[in-house]
Parts: sequence; C-alpha cells; structure tokens
Amino acid sequence: MTLQGMKIDLKAVGPLAALIVLMVLGTAINDAFLSFGNLTNILTRSAFIGIIAVGATFVISSGGIDLSVGSMAAFIAGAMIIVMNLLLGVTDQLLVIVVCGVAFGAVLGLVAGWLNGILITRGGIEAFIVTLGTMGVYRSLVTYLADGGTLSLNFDVRSVYRPVYYDNLLGLPYPVLILALTAIVGYVVLNNTAYGRHVQSVGASEDVARYSAINTDRVKVIAFMIQGVCVALATIVYVPRLGSASSTTGLLWELEAIAAVIIGGTLLKGGYGRIGGTIAGALILTLIGNILNLTDAISNYLNGAVQGVIIIAAVLLQRGMGRQQG
Amino acid sequence: MRLWNGTLAGVVALGMASVATASLAQDVKIGVSIPAATHGWAGGLNWHAAEAKRRLEAQHENLEIVIAASGSAVEQANALEDLVSVQQIDALVILPFESDPLTDPVKQVKAAGVFITVVDRGLSETGIENIYVAGDNPGFGRSAGDYMVEKLGGEGKVVALRGIPTVIDDQRMNGFTAAIDGSGLELLGAEQANWNRDKAFEVMQDFLTRFQDIDAVWAADDDMALGALEAIRQANRQGEMFLVGGGGMKQIVKGVADGDETIPVTVLYPPAMIATAMDLTVARFFSNGPVEGTFNLSSPLITKENAEAFYFEDSPY
Repeated sequence: MTLQGMKIDLKAVGPLAALIVLMVLGTAINDAFLSFGNLTNILTRSAFIGIIAVGATFVISSGGIDLSVGSMAAFIAGAMIIVMNLLLGVTDQLLVIVVCGVAFGAVLGLVAGWLNGILITRGGIEAFIVTLGTMGVYRSLVTYLADGGTLSLNFDVRSVYRPVYYDNLLGLPYPVLILALTAIVGYVVLNNTAYGRHVQSVGASEDVARYSAINTDRVKVIAFMIQGVCVALATIVYVPRLGSASSTTGLLWELEAIAAVIIGGTLLKGGYGRIGGTIAGALILTLIGNILNLTDAISNYLNGAVQGVIIIAAVLLQRGMGRQQG
Repeated sequence: MRLWNGTLAGVVALGMASVATASLAQDVKIGVSIPAATHGWAGGLNWHAAEAKRRLEAQHENLEIVIAASGSAVEQANALEDLVSVQQIDALVILPFESDPLTDPVKQVKAAGVFITVVDRGLSETGIENIYVAGDNPGFGRSAGDYMVEKLGGEGKVVALRGIPTVIDDQRMNGFTAAIDGSGLELLGAEQANWNRDKAFEVMQDFLTRFQDIDAVWAADDDMALGALEAIRQANRQGEMFLVGGGGMKQIVKGVADGDETIPVTVLYPPAMIATAMDLTVARFFSNGPVEGTFNLSSPLITKENAEAFYFEDSPY
C-alpha cells in the first residue's frame, strides 16, 4: 500500500518536472518570461484548454474519447452571440442579456454532451465515430450561421460581458479562477465520489463494472454531459475575449485537450484519471507556444515539430518515472 | 437533351473563340471553383461569388452559373472533374487552392474545350488560361511596408503577424521586408498567426511581453489585426503603436473611414476579385468586346479618404 502510494506520488511529479524544465528554459530565453504580465497571460490562456480537458479527463477515464469539443465550442460561441444579439431587440437590460446568453450556452453544452453520450450508448456506435460525426456537424453549423464569415457580439453587450475575461479578483484573472474551481470540483468528483469510482471502473473493464451492478451506460452518458458542460464553461469565458466566433474558433482544441489529459498521466485506454496532471498538461501546452513566441532561435516552420517532441518527452518522463518505482 | 445541349454549346464556343461575336442564342454554363469558407477572407469570396451569380443570371436569360466550393487542393481537383463530366460547363472560373497541384487538372479541363479564367494565384504553366485576373501578393506586403516607412519617417521598430505558412504568405512577407529594407525601420520579429484572430491575440500578447518599444504592427490580414488590437488594448499600450491590416474586412474598413487612430489604414486584397473574373468570363459570351488577357489588380492602401468605396454592408468579410 505504501509502495503504491509512493509510486503514484512520484508519477505525479512527471508532468510537474516537465513544467519546471520549461519554466527554466523560458527564463533563460527571455527575462520578461517571469514577469507578472506574462505569467498571468499563460495562466489565462490555459483556461480554455484546461477547463475542456477537465471534462475530457472524465470521458477518457471512462474509456471514451470526444473529438467534437473544439467544434462544439465554436458552435456554442456562435449560438450565444446570435441569441444575445437577438435579445437586444427584446430588452435593453444588458446584464440580463448577458446572463441569458450564458445560461443558453450552458444548456446547449449539456444537451450536446447528452446527445454524444446517447448516440454512443443507445446507438451502440464507437465514441470515436460519433464524435467525429458531431465534430463535422458543429463546425459546419457555425460556418453556416456566420455565412462563412465572423459572428460579432454587439458592442454594448460586449462592454458589459468583457470583464469576465479581462478583469480579476485580487490579481487573479477570472478565467484562471474559473479554471481552478473547475479543477477542484472535477478532482473531488473523480476521486471522492461513487460516481468518480464508477467512471474509472467502467474505463478499466466495462464487463466487470456491469457485473458489479454499475449502470455503465448511465456512467458514460454523464461523463459526456460533464464534458459538454466544461466545453460550455470554456466558451462562456472565451466569448468576451474577442466578442466573435467564426469557422476557425476552437480549431484543434480537441487534440490539445486530449494531449493535456495524456501528458497529465491519465491512461488513453481508460480506467485511470488524474485531474491535477491534466491541469499541468494544459499549462505545458500553453508554455510551449509562449516560449516559441518569445524567441527567434527556432524557425517558425518548426514550431509544430518542437511541440510534438516536447509532448512526447513529457509523456516519456512521466511514464519513465512511474516505471522506475515499479 | 440537356447533355446534348451542353455539348453543342461547347462546340459552338470553341468555334467562336476567335470571333467573339455578341449574343449567342445557346445556353451558356459557367463553373466557378473556389476554396470553401474556412476563414474570413474565403467567406467573403464565397459571398461575392454568390452575389455575382445572382446578378449575372438575372441579366442573362440563357446563362447558368454553378459554384463549387472545395476544402482542399485534392477536393478542388475532384470538383473540376465533376464540373466537366456532370455539369458540362462551357467556361471555368477558378481560384486555385495551390498553383502546382492544380495546374494539370485545369489543363485537362482546357483539353475538354472549356474556356478558362484563373483568379488570384496563377498556374505553374503559362498559356493554359484564356483570362488571368491576378492578385498582387508582393504588392500587398509592399503597400503596408511603404506606408509604415512614410508614417514613421524612416525610423522605428515594427513587428509582423504572418498567415498560414504558404507561398502567398511568403510573397507577402517578402514584399513587406523589401519595402522596409534599408529604410531605417527595424523588424523586431515576425511570427505565424495563421490568419486567425485568436492566434493573433496570443502572438501579440507575447510580442508585447518581449518588446518594450513597438511603433507599428503589420497584421497580414484584417482578422488578425482585430485580435492583435485586443491584446494591445489589454496591455493598455494603444497610444504607443499603430496597426496596418490587409484584405479589406468591413469592420476594419469602417474603422478606417471613421478615422480610427490605431488602425489608420489597411491594404486592399478584395475577395470580390472573384466577381471581376466572373464578369469578364460572362462578357466573353455575351459582349462584343474582347476580354482575353491578363488583368492585374493592384493592392492599394485603403485610407480615410477612399474607404467608402470598399465597404460592403452585407458581406460577411
């Protein structure tokens, strides 16, 4: 028991170690890296992928995968903007409009997640295929809604909504605060509730879970609904940033979210999830981009290669540290 | 019957290629092949193509225009095959995704006796197209660079936000660097922001972290200019620098017309060029004036004085 406890603790050090290595590298490259402004930029920027990745940790631990999150975020953003612009004709209470828009986004995320879950469990189709399908559907829908261009939030509404991204509580930007709260709630649900244990047992072996009288379908649908709500939450924070949505919104977010989850130590084949690692993973991904922007040493054309190498190295580090202890 | 008609029109079109007389009685079918609306500029392109189709079909009773939008160079090559074999087009208007991979497919369309109009990017081989409506990508960068040199009086520090790594992006960047070379302007850094507003926001944040003094920002697309502007506002450094965009997005053009200090000008690279090409191609069949040849569209600056002419209220871009 103690041995296993030790092993898990050291495994958790993996992503953290990668994070520290990157921080040292960043500091060496540019003095401005450790400035308060840059650090809050990194944290705030990680919020979108981080929040989505908390949901993805549930889906992946349950043995599923969700490829639709990036498109879903774009679609929810577009729908929220349209609804808020429409409401402007109904009421002039800007705050009411923003609250309605946010509530609409949350409901949309919940429904979209439920739809993915139902198609997978009732339809008996692999999660990969269902979410590949919905990924295309949502991406096309936002392009259609925007007429191929960009949907922009009315300027007055946006000025009321803007602080959600740009303001802070005691120096901590709201997006970071929301990310932290999401992570804490996610951690408690995954590790300290019956549902969290069920998610991991379904991911480890669906048959065994079913024989243990767990309603596996229900567990899976709820995991996708959690993912949907997380996507909605990320979108609610995203919309006030630029006040717009287009067909390029949230492009490849699904891959970044999955990468964050795996870098963090969650098993891609399911059965074991780790929220803390996921957050470290999201930070690592943002850090790579930030560091590459702070230096001219590496050709722009090689940015993708550097990202790929660091992602693989981070996972190697994490797995290697786990194995040494085993 | 439909098939037979199309063939006949094709044969007649071939026979008349050198004469170009007015008002053919036969039906004319024109295929328009363009990239799908995957980013703002391409969205404007699709919108202007649809607008031109509506207008031209209303003007000419026996004209039919088919628009095919494709997501990649490979898809576009497939679309060309369909336009020839299924739609039996008499003329093709194409904005190629990329020059090299589409040169051969267009050549094959030409071999089927179709009149060819190429827009924006040229093909890799000369002599295939009958009409070439050329966009000026090096000029796109040069106009922005020239303006900065003049406005800053030949002294200052600038950063550049580039697009998706492609030939077009390279041509624009080279045009820009050529314009500021030797002028005394220093290019502090240039990063790819993929013609994307979100990416531009992040890249600009990092430029602001990295450099304490920036006098001007070149965003090689108006979408990116808007993202960068938001980052500058967040850092509260609006007063220190100005931005030059590109493309002619309506929000930016409106700002320029209203005398915006932060984005005083943008460079025109109009998605409406597809309409120019469609007009010329239609004129080939319905006008007595000759149209074959190369048309060079320039990339002029949009300034407060001329902005009104480039503003399209309903366009998505």
